[in-house]
Amino acid sequence: METAIEVTDLVVDRGKRRVLHGINCAIPAGLVTGLLGPSGSGKTTLIRAIVGVQIVKSGSVTVLGQPAGTAALRRTVGYVTQDPSVYADLTVRENARYFAALQGLDATAADQAIADVGLADAAGQLVGNLSGGQHSRASLACAMIGTPRLLVLDEPTVGQDPVLRADLWGKFHALADAGATLLVSSHVMDEAGRCDRLLLLREGELIGEDTPAAIRAEAGTDDLEEAFLRLILSHEGSKVPA
Amino acid sequence: MSLRITFATTGRILRQLRHDRRTVALLVFVPALLLTLLYYMYHDSGQTFDRIALIMLGVFPFVIMFLVTSIAMLRERTTGTLERLLTTPLAKLDLLFGYGIAFGVAAAIQATVAVGAAFWLLGLDTTGNPGLVVLVAVINAVLGVALGLFCSAFARTEFQAVQFLPVVVVPQLLLCGLFVPREQMVGWLQAASDVMPLSYAVEALAQIGRYAEPTTTMWRDLTVVVGAAVVALVLAAATLRRRTP
Repeated sequence: METAIEVTDLVVDRGKRRVLHGINCAIPAGLVTGLLGPSGSGKTTLIRAIVGVQIVKSGSVTVLGQPAGTAALRRTVGYVTQDPSVYADLTVRENARYFAALQGLDATAADQAIADVGLADAAGQLVGNLSGGQHSRASLACAMIGTPRLLVLDEPTVGQDPVLRADLWGKFHALADAGATLLVSSHVMDEAGRCDRLLLLREGELIGEDTPAAIRAEAGTDDLEEAFLRLILSHEGSKVPA
Repeated sequence: MSLRITFATTGRILRQLRHDRRTVALLVFVPALLLTLLYYMYHDSGQTFDRIALIMLGVFPFVIMFLVTSIAMLRERTTGTLERLLTTPLAKLDLLFGYGIAFGVAAAIQATVAVGAAFWLLGLDTTGNPGLVVLVAVINAVLGVALGLFCSAFARTEFQAVQFLPVVVVPQLLLCGLFVPREQMVGWLQAASDVMPLSYAVEALAQIGRYAEPTTTMWRDLTVVVGAAVVALVLAAATLRRRTP
């Protein structure tokens, strides 16, 4: 299995706080990998390090064979921030066309991305006038323009209704089947079951890295939230000093 | 850096302005209204009005574009669009020049309306070509944009950004020759005035007021202002970090 992202001994400090304590993981290409963990566990920091906008203390992040943040990577990595980062004083269409222009793509690609997230009817509305869910989807559309080889999505389905959420996950899997790699972060455990692989993060440490089925088997339960809890407890248990 | 991306950014910024009718109206008409106010203030002293109005035609674009740019750039930082842009093929200079050109175009429209109002409605007269006044106004606006881009790097919130106005803009206003002729200033004050770009812009405007043909002094002054804008843009690029804590 080809590796899309390789993280080696990644240590990140933010201010006086150590946020990531030496993360090691390999994210395979062509699959949807979920980055799960509670708020404050370091998910956003890890994601920022992967897209190359985070100052790191030590360790390395290699994306598609190159150091994270390299100019060549910026053409082929789509990034969605946790808080929607699109221009509230532009329409959905104008936002998408701008982000398309940055990638050297035209209006067709922009309109396709808007249709893919189900905003075709609202394309002419100012983003500032959209509902919370539509606002998130507008932000998502701008990352999905063209065919990025890697899509890094920070909590993209927050606040969406169940039908839309199922639709979006369908799109994510379709993109992965076409060869893209997806890293999707969430703090909602029931989304974990929709991923091909899982990375479980807690307090800046990786406590699980496997398929949902394997994690369920290891923890001895079908409920992924319960499995996460058992993994945390056994991880704490193994940290007892000698 | 890519011209295509720079112009796409310019287009995006102008489209944002277009959706904001109130801002467009304020940008285009307020300087002309302020000049009308000045006209009535100096109604029995036409020569004073001529001197001050000419200087104000250069000062308004500088102050207004500094403020507008600081806030616009801060908004990009606080809403996260700046961080997102830095993960795309956009280069730092694309963004900075994008803002420079977009607000330069806005300033050209603003200056044409203000100069038109001053010359046709308020009776302002210069020996030199009014078109040169518009040119100086646009160059001043670009200087304001460049300084605004640079100063916004040191602010975390819009609240802090506007407080750079009294630090960066007001001293230049006080020492540029509007209130006190520069030759009459105390030694160290005149030296301070000599390093402020606005002083040179004001001198250029005075040259246009006095001489029919553009003088060497005027071109020299404009080169200094353009040079200051370039330096500010380079510093702004240096303070725009892709990786942040």
